[in-house]
Amino acid sequence: MALNSRRRFATLTAVLAVAALTVTACGSGDEEGGGDDAGSTGGGGAIDCAPYEAFGELDGKTVTVYTSITAPEDEPHIASYQPFVDCTGVEIKYEGSKEFEAQLPVRVKGGNAPDIAYLPQPGLLKTMVETGQVKPAPPEVAANVDKYMPDSKAWGTVDGTFYAAPLGANVKSFVWYSPSAFAEKGYQIPKTWDELLALSDKIASDNPGDEVKPWCAGIESGDATGWSATDWMEDIILRTAGPETYDKWVAHEIPFNDPAIQTAIAEAGKILKNDKYVNGGFGDVKTIASTPFQEAGLGITEGTCYMHRQASFYAANFPEGTTVAEDGDVWAFYLPSTSADTRPVLVGGEFTAAFADRPEVKAFQTYLASLEWATERAKTCGLGGCVTANKDVDPNLLENAIDKLSAEILTDEAATLRFDGSDLMPGAVGSGTFWKGMTDWIIGKDDKATLDFIEQSWPAS
Amino acid sequence: MTTTVLGGVGAGIIPEPFLRAESVAGKFFLMFFAIAFFAAVFGLVLFLASLFKGRSGEKWQGVIFVAPALVLLSVGLVYPAILTIIQSLRGRSGEDAFSLSNYSAMFTQPELLLVLRNTALWVILVPLLATGIGLIYAILIDRARGEAFAKALIFLPMAISMVGAGIIWKFVYQYKQTSRPQIGLLNAILKALGFDTQQFLINAPLNTFMLIIVMVWIQAGFAMTVLSAAIKSIPDEIIEAAKLDGVQSFKMFRFITLPSIRAALVVVVTTIGIGTLKVFDIVRTMTGGQFDTSVVANEFYSQSFRFNAPGLGAALAVLLFILVIPIVGYNIVQMRKEA
Repeated sequence: MALNSRRRFATLTAVLAVAALTVTACGSGDEEGGGDDAGSTGGGGAIDCAPYEAFGELDGKTVTVYTSITAPEDEPHIASYQPFVDCTGVEIKYEGSKEFEAQLPVRVKGGNAPDIAYLPQPGLLKTMVETGQVKPAPPEVAANVDKYMPDSKAWGTVDGTFYAAPLGANVKSFVWYSPSAFAEKGYQIPKTWDELLALSDKIASDNPGDEVKPWCAGIESGDATGWSATDWMEDIILRTAGPETYDKWVAHEIPFNDPAIQTAIAEAGKILKNDKYVNGGFGDVKTIASTPFQEAGLGITEGTCYMHRQASFYAANFPEGTTVAEDGDVWAFYLPSTSADTRPVLVGGEFTAAFADRPEVKAFQTYLASLEWATERAKTCGLGGCVTANKDVDPNLLENAIDKLSAEILTDEAATLRFDGSDLMPGAVGSGTFWKGMTDWIIGKDDKATLDFIEQSWPAS
Repeated sequence: MTTTVLGGVGAGIIPEPFLRAESVAGKFFLMFFAIAFFAAVFGLVLFLASLFKGRSGEKWQGVIFVAPALVLLSVGLVYPAILTIIQSLRGRSGEDAFSLSNYSAMFTQPELLLVLRNTALWVILVPLLATGIGLIYAILIDRARGEAFAKALIFLPMAISMVGAGIIWKFVYQYKQTSRPQIGLLNAILKALGFDTQQFLINAPLNTFMLIIVMVWIQAGFAMTVLSAAIKSIPDEIIEAAKLDGVQSFKMFRFITLPSIRAALVVVVTTIGIGTLKVFDIVRTMTGGQFDTSVVANEFYSQSFRFNAPGLGAALAVLLFILVIPIVGYNIVQMRKEA
C-alpha cells in the first residue's frame, strides 16, 4: 500500500510534480473566484461546514500535505478535498513523492516537516513519533475515528497516545484470475489452501511447456523491491500459523525465525520457488525478482498465467479497456485459508499524521476523518482504490467492482482482519531487511538463512 | 542549505515570504540576495586585507584570504566528519553506548562481507581495465588517420551521467524468456546465435561484473584522453634515438613510452580508483544493491536511510574514508615529486 503509490513508472515522477503544482494552482484559483465552481466539481458535495467553522476563521490559510500517493492517483485524492476548501477557504498544498519513506524522516529531522503526512506504515508512524514532532490527534479527530472506524484506531496509536487517523484502506488477500479462462478450462475457484495447490498442479500438468504457468509474480519495485513477497509471506503466516501467532510475530514476541514462520516460508516456497508453478510469461523463479510488480499480473490477460496474488489496488494496472468484474476479463478471488471456515484477511492503508497543530491543520485532519470526506472520496473516485477505513460509507457509492468487493470484505463479520505486518514492524525490518531478505530468498537463499538474516537485523531495544 | 544560512542572516530584515522562496519573485529575490551577500563577504575580505601592508602584512593578508575557506571547510566538512565518526562508534542507531559493534558487524556479517568483496572487485578491476583499455586504444590510434573521430567514439560515454549510463545498460541487459521477443540488445544477440538468454543482472556473481563493465565503459574514455595527451608529449628526440638504437615496437612501448607517461598513468589509475571506491549511482540505478551486488557507498545509503541503522551507515562511510586516504596520499606524493 505504501505501494499504491509505487506502481507508477519512474518517468511519471516529473509529470506528477507538474500535475501537483497545476492542481494546487487551480485549487487556489477556484477559491478566489468564489464557490461557483464547487457545484460542478465534486459530486454536488455541499457539506455541513459547522465542524470546521468551530476552528475559527481559516480563510486564506494553507495546509501542506506530503504523501506517497503520486500521479495519476493523486488527482482524485485532491478532488476529494474540495468540500473542505469550499467551506473554509483553506488552501491545501499537495505534494506526492515516490521517495516518501526515505524523504519524510530527512525533512522532519531537517526542521522542514509538512503539516500533514499520509503514512502508509504504522511502523513509520512510530519512528516519527520518536522524533517528538508528531502532534497527538485533536479530540475532534478522535471522536470521528471512534464513531466511524473504531477497529483501526489501535494502528494509529503509539504508546497509548492516539496520533493518526486511518485514511485509505485496501484488501491484500486477493488472487487475480481470468473468469473466462477458468470457465473455458473448467477450473473451480479453490476454497482451501490445499485446493489451491491442487489447482496449481492441475494447471501445471495441463500446460507442460515453458510458456504457460499457473502463477505469475513480480516483486521488483525500485527502492522497495521485495515488498510484494512480504505480503505473500504474511498472508501465508495468517493461514498456516493463525492470527495469534501472526500478532506475536509482528510484535517480535516470537523471533522472526520461529519454527511456525519456517513452516510458512516453506509453504510460500511451494508456489513461489517452484519452477513448475512460476513465472508464467517471464521465465524461471528468479525472474520474479526482476519483474516489476506492475507488470507481473498482466499475463492473466495475455494468457501466459492463470493466477496472480496481489492487493485490490492492482486493478488499476490492467490495460485500459479491461473489465474488472465477476463476469469480466479479470476478477479476484479471496486467497483461501487452510480450512473453509476461517477467513483471515490481510489489509493495508494510510494514516494521517500531523506535524503542526495550527487550527487549519486540525480542521483538515478532522475533515479527513469524517464521513463527509469518505463519501466524497467514493464519489470522486477515478481509477478505483477508493475504499476508506470508514465503515459507515455507503458501499453502493463505490463505482469500481473490486472496491465494492473490498468494502464488503472489510465490513464482513466473519473475516479476521490483520494489518500488513511489514508495515507494522520497525522500519529497519519492515521496509528494509524483510524486503531484502525476501528478494534474496527468491534468487536462491534458503529458508533458514533468510529468516536468520532478518531476525539479526531486528533493532535491539 | 543556502536558504537556511541566508534565512539565519536575513531573519528580521527581510519579509518571511521572500525567504521561503515559494514564488517566482521570491526565488529571484533570494538569488540576488545570495549574490549580493557573496559580493559583500568578498568585499569585506578584500577590504580587511588592504588594511595590512608591507612585509609583515602579507602574512595577515594570507590568513584573511584563507579564513572564509577554512570556516566553510570546518563547518561543512570537518565537523560532519567528526560527528560521523562518533556516530559510527555508537551502535546501530548511532545513539547507544560507545562500542566497536558496527565495525565488527562489518567484518563478520555475511551480507556485509559480500559488500566488501564486491567493493574489492570493483576497485581492482575498474582502474586496471579502464586504464588498460584506454592506454591500448591511445597507442593504437596515435597518429592514425581519423584519430579525432576515433577518440570521440570512446570519449563520448564520459559525457553521459552515471545514472544515464546505468539506465542505458539496464536496457542492454534486459531479460526475456528465450522463446519470447527480446528487447535487450545482449540477449537478442545471444538468441540470434542460438544460445539461451541470460538474466545478467540477477545471477550472482556475474551481475557484479556486468555492472563493472558499465563503469569501465565510462572511465576508459577519460584514461584514453589523458594518456593520449601524455604520449604526444614524449619528445620526438627520445623516440628517434631509440629507433636509431634499433628498439622495436613492444620494447619501445616497455622502455620508452611507459616510463615517459608514468606520472600520467598514476594520476589516471588513482583518480579512477577513488571514483570507483565511491561508486553508487550505477549500482543503485541498475540493481539497487539487490542480488548480491551492493558496494560500500550503496550499502552506506541503504543502512542509513532505508534500514534505519545510521550508526552502521556511518561506520561504512568511515571505512570508505579510510580506504580513500592512502590513494589520495599516494596521489599527492606523486604530484609533489613531479613538481
